[in-house]
Amino acid sequence: MSTDNQIKLPTYVETPSIRKDSMAGDGPFKASVEIQNKLGFPGEKVENWQQVAINKMAETKSKYKSVQVFLDSCMKCGACTDKCHYFLGTADPKNMPVARQDLFRSVYRRHFTFAGKYFPRLVGAKDFDEDMLNDWYNYFHQCSQCRRCAVFCPSGIDTAEISMAAREVMNVIGVGQKYTNQILGKVKKIGNNLGMPEPALKDTLMDLEEEIKEDTGVDVKLPIDIKNSEILMVSPSADFFAEPHIDGLIGYAKVFHESGVSWTLSSYASEAANFGMFIGNYDVMREGALRIRKAALDLNVKRVIIGECGHAWRVAYSFWNTLSGIGTGAEDEYAMRLQNQLDSQYPQPQHMIEFTYDLIKNNKLTFEKSNNDHRVVTFHDSCNVARGSNMGDIENGQFILPREVIKAACNNFIDMPKNTIKSSTFCCGGGAGLLTDDLIDLRIKGAKPRMHALRKSEQESGVNTLAAICAICKSQFSKVLPNYDFDPYMVVSVHQLVSDAIVLSESLKQKD
Amino acid sequence: MSLISIFLIFFFYVSALIFISGLSYKLIQYRRTPAPLKIPIAPSALDKKGVLLRYFREIFLFASLFKANKWTWLFGWSFHLALVLLFFRHLVYFWPGEVPLILYKTESLKYAAYPLIFGLLGLLARRVFVDRIRYISAPSDYLMLLVFIFIALTGMMMTFANYHPNILMVKNFASGLITFKWSELPGEIIFVFHILPVFCIIAIFPLSKLLHAPGVFFAPTFNQVDNARKKRHLSDWASKKEDNLEINLESKNLKDK
Repeated sequence: MSTDNQIKLPTYVETPSIRKDSMAGDGPFKASVEIQNKLGFPGEKVENWQQVAINKMAETKSKYKSVQVFLDSCMKCGACTDKCHYFLGTADPKNMPVARQDLFRSVYRRHFTFAGKYFPRLVGAKDFDEDMLNDWYNYFHQCSQCRRCAVFCPSGIDTAEISMAAREVMNVIGVGQKYTNQILGKVKKIGNNLGMPEPALKDTLMDLEEEIKEDTGVDVKLPIDIKNSEILMVSPSADFFAEPHIDGLIGYAKVFHESGVSWTLSSYASEAANFGMFIGNYDVMREGALRIRKAALDLNVKRVIIGECGHAWRVAYSFWNTLSGIGTGAEDEYAMRLQNQLDSQYPQPQHMIEFTYDLIKNNKLTFEKSNNDHRVVTFHDSCNVARGSNMGDIENGQFILPREVIKAACNNFIDMPKNTIKSSTFCCGGGAGLLTDDLIDLRIKGAKPRMHALRKSEQESGVNTLAAICAICKSQFSKVLPNYDFDPYMVVSVHQLVSDAIVLSESLKQKD
Repeated sequence: MSLISIFLIFFFYVSALIFISGLSYKLIQYRRTPAPLKIPIAPSALDKKGVLLRYFREIFLFASLFKANKWTWLFGWSFHLALVLLFFRHLVYFWPGEVPLILYKTESLKYAAYPLIFGLLGLLARRVFVDRIRYISAPSDYLMLLVFIFIALTGMMMTFANYHPNILMVKNFASGLITFKWSELPGEIIFVFHILPVFCIIAIFPLSKLLHAPGVFFAPTFNQVDNARKKRHLSDWASKKEDNLEINLESKNLKDK
């Protein structure tokens, strides 16, 4: 554990006094020409970038009601100013959600409003110059689009929408972020964020099957590319190789095995996460969704289920029916082609948590809960699941279902402090394209509010396990926990808890 | 008619024209701009009834603001509530001809001036003394509060201090604006100081952050039903991308079950 840069946590989350420019800089690494071109963006900053950017802003606000309305309707009340984990962790005033939006809004006012054109000083309108662009790039990459600020805004303004629009404008003028755009290129070419080719993927799954067999003595399969399966499972590719994610994948496999329903992964669509959302680009996001649509059609499955991945679930739950017609209730030919194939008795798509929860409610799963007795578990509500989706189609289902699944598998469950969970949950600090080493300072600082809540629960209730349902949360926590003097291995998938406690009926028979 | 009366009457119609045309333009723009994706924010409404309930909580109680900051909520809510009450209190002046009895009973609403000024001063104090809010404030943000405070103070002086204008002339002037039967302003200059900034506010409404009032009704985060899985939500520009029904991505060899 690194002790030299450990951060002392105060006894309560303080709202810091602002420290101007404390996070000023040039932002994360920029995408190369090659990376940009793969996505159809200019490789380098275009010559008349200012004009191109203004035109793109005009286009974006004419296509997105959110952007147009949110730019006008902020009354600068300050309700959001102390809600962003990056502000709480860095004290840089440009990390206050309203100030972040104002980077965009001040340019909007200058170029698109009467007051900004004729009285720029009065209303804080600013030209789009080099300094402003630099601030855009730097501070729109200090936003994880977690939408916590939007929960508190009396006008319903969602900074994530502005942040996405800003990244889209920057990509169009040739200023893209390396991490996100490189990954999008890999998905486009290979089908997953890691760029993991099909043979490697298949090898991994075979190894996992052997591992489960050794552990349990049961032939739990991890099928891939099997046509006419009942279920297509799409999980974040981190589930195939990263710790602790991989134990979650084993958990899904065990649950599917016990359910007796046939399922398959797809080597063509081996990624649930959709980074297209991070850059606010409808076409890139749609292309990601279309891969999964194609896999569902080719494999002729009846259901589509998503693994533990926060942004994936928001895109799948909220956007897929729009983007690619994976859902129900369509009246157009395009979507009906797929929806006639899918089983309309089930919500489409479904979250793995929903699937497991249904089995638990119907007493189809048996747990040896004491297997998890060494753990005192708390649950981190991943931002995009908590604020941009639902589960079970019941009010607050996205908070209830994961907790119920955990409680079914564990005896000791404790929630973290109330203002840090559910719809007020703090982001892990690594979402929306920030999970990259060149932003590690920001990631550590941004995790502070969550770490603080965790410390409180550790001290008061002895919490020693942090369960999450998002690949980014799990990676981010594993990385930053040591900076706050926590054990990095305390992070687990919810389905790892399930996996550790689930009783495989065949192993019982073997014992008999 | 005096020059100042003519000027104020003229100014009122200019303001009203900017207000009506500007606001219509904005409302049409908001209405026409598509919302291509479902982006309701938690706690999301699962049906239309839930959306109505959410708006009830947001419009009448400022529920999100209450969650965010109790002081801002207290100041902001008192200010807005007082504004609504005082609007009803002022109807009696604008009402042309025979005034309905109910409007005479609004007399006691004049005390809403106190929560109004309380709220405004509180909001101003926050803007000045809280470093975060000072940072995000443009000159226009202070100016707008000062204008409202000025309107409130002149109004209170006419009501509670010994600066009462000729009430009959006020009534004739104000209702004359509505009926186009223009008449002379009352002689007391304080009345001019009260209504001139009100006309200014009317004029800048569609050009400023006061657009938060209509804006909140168009926020997709608030007005969308969280039912994306059950019903396909598609905007015009997005549906055009589906003109070609085939998906032309590369093909794949698959095993049968």
